[in-house]
Amino acid sequence: MTFLAGPEREPRIGSAALPPGWAAATADRDPHVVPDPAEVAVPEDLRAEVEEIIARYPDRHSAALPALGAAQRRYGWCSPQALVEVACVMQVTPAYLAAVATFYDMLRTQPSGRRYVYVCTSVSCHLRNARAVYEALVEAAREQGLEDCEIREFECLGACDMAPMASIDGRYVGPLSTSDAAAIVAALRNGETPLPGRALGDSDYQLPWQRGEEHPLPAERVRPHVHPAGGVAGEVPE
Amino acid sequence: MSLVEALTTHLDVPDVHEIDVYERLGGYRAARKALLEMTPEQVLGELEASGLRGRGGAGFSMGKKASFIPKGTMDKYLCCNADESEPGTFKDRLILQRKPHLLIEGCIIASIAAGANKGFIYMRGEYELQARIVERAIAQAYERGYLGRNILGSGHDFDLVLHRGQGAYICGEETALLDSLEGKRGNPRLKPPFPANQGLYRGPTLINNVETLSCTPLIIDRGADWFRSLGSEQSTGPKLVSVSGNVRRPGNYEIELGTPVREIIYDIAGGPWPGSEVKCFFPGGSSAAVLGPEHLDLPYTFEAMQQAGSMLGSGAIIVVDDTQPIVPLALRLAEFYRHESCGKCVPCREGTSWTVKLLARIERGEATPMDLDLLASIQENIIGNCLCVLGDSMAVPVSSLLRRFRAEFEEHIERARAQRERELAAAAERETGLAVLAAGSASVAGAGGD
Repeated sequence: MTFLAGPEREPRIGSAALPPGWAAATADRDPHVVPDPAEVAVPEDLRAEVEEIIARYPDRHSAALPALGAAQRRYGWCSPQALVEVACVMQVTPAYLAAVATFYDMLRTQPSGRRYVYVCTSVSCHLRNARAVYEALVEAAREQGLEDCEIREFECLGACDMAPMASIDGRYVGPLSTSDAAAIVAALRNGETPLPGRALGDSDYQLPWQRGEEHPLPAERVRPHVHPAGGVAGEVPE
Repeated sequence: MSLVEALTTHLDVPDVHEIDVYERLGGYRAARKALLEMTPEQVLGELEASGLRGRGGAGFSMGKKASFIPKGTMDKYLCCNADESEPGTFKDRLILQRKPHLLIEGCIIASIAAGANKGFIYMRGEYELQARIVERAIAQAYERGYLGRNILGSGHDFDLVLHRGQGAYICGEETALLDSLEGKRGNPRLKPPFPANQGLYRGPTLINNVETLSCTPLIIDRGADWFRSLGSEQSTGPKLVSVSGNVRRPGNYEIELGTPVREIIYDIAGGPWPGSEVKCFFPGGSSAAVLGPEHLDLPYTFEAMQQAGSMLGSGAIIVVDDTQPIVPLALRLAEFYRHESCGKCVPCREGTSWTVKLLARIERGEATPMDLDLLASIQENIIGNCLCVLGDSMAVPVSSLLRRFRAEFEEHIERARAQRERELAAAAERETGLAVLAAGSASVAGAGGD
């Protein structure tokens, strides 16, 4: 991941290269030195939040994940500055936090937008052609020029009953079809809630079959794929 | 044997996740009983007598696990594994979202049995809605005095903290969960020492799945005999199954263990769409070996699934119907484990990566039938050779797909290779044709042909 050296990065201390912003954030300190609270200005609310998190655990290191999550909510990603600030409050090294942040899928180590759309394409969603939904979303985002939003394929989100589904800023919507893509992207662009009523936790949310409807087959499911036994399969009734 | 209501009672009651409603429906009665009327030994004895087996995947006896926690005055911990990330599994989500107090009650009871005074619910980071609900439920339980110091005057202290992960399948593995909870990268630890002796912060730790813990209030309230009256000899009690994939009514269903698989897939979940049949199914999440139509009449129990060469796992049944080609499915499956491998053990890190490369090659039509043997041998070299079972979790289903559908793999290789050869020939023809035009030489243009 991006805290490691890469040829396109600007070199520092002669050898290792660093992600964007790091050189400025750590111009006068090394990532393996615990930041001195006297030198680092940490925003008061972030400091209070991280201190509150630390207090929950017998060992302050346990706060790493929730504290990085808090910093990410504030800055949009785990920027070098964010790492230094959290490290300063937690009294650990920024390098330690960088090692943690690069391990977890939900912690972003590069700026990639404040909002996110995780499209599940794992096994159960794969069986309902989630990949096509993902491609449609990427295409719609390109067409409509959606910015400040990360759209990515994600591993099983634990909502296979809603397959194919996506998590939009933590809101589980589904079942989706490719025809929903334009509406989702438009809502994201306008800062609205995408697909109201179709997310888990919405007051009237039900799966289609619970409303007495057939679970909608995404149109792509009838897209012919070469059947292993020869011939063309995918002609699904209804 | 079929649908039951035990964990899922009162699901249709509005606001059952609120403590007032939950208490009115008899909630926290079991915790009260365990705290005030029973000794820790009695609680433990009841859990052992119930035969409750872990609902997270391994199926180990819950009571036995709790009994491994040493006695003594050291700090002991309870961890609730709510990192539900196994593809196909979404049963814990239901409990977290609709009955968080049942889980909290279960945590209190388990903490009595284990003598733990501090508990953590490690919930996967993607569950935003459920995290808000559980957070609120914990606050309510503190307000009513079910958590904290000297609970209900019983002398038992128990603090419960919700800890949210940040997206890593491996953190569902119990020792990786502990590392992650300690603020590290989620790498599994070498066992032994087992968490019961040396777990979180090096203290004795009991780790149980959400559903397992949620069963304990039912056992204390209705008795171990009632629990044993459900299910089979070795698989007692009710079980939440998550049915997904190519079925018409996917969802969570609570069944009595021992219900025939056919009944679960066809009668309860609606079966595949008309005109399709079950080609194969994963009986316990994507990490279980696939079973075929000939296994549909087996009872859904830990032992029957194991005898059939698979496992009940987390109770997630993924149904694959006969319109689905197997090669892309195997590839997608392997990609999951490659992405989620933590990289600590070489057989898993390299094995998952090579499996994906080989399957991608097969799919693209660049493989030979020899690659299938190579693929099988990679799987054999992963199984049993790592600190945890993540690598095995890919190797087992992939090799089972390969065994069961070898002819389909071979056919795919042949057909995809023939198609690729045609494409390459056409591309070469186009390329030489263009090159010829650019050169403008009549004799070479003739050789290029069109």
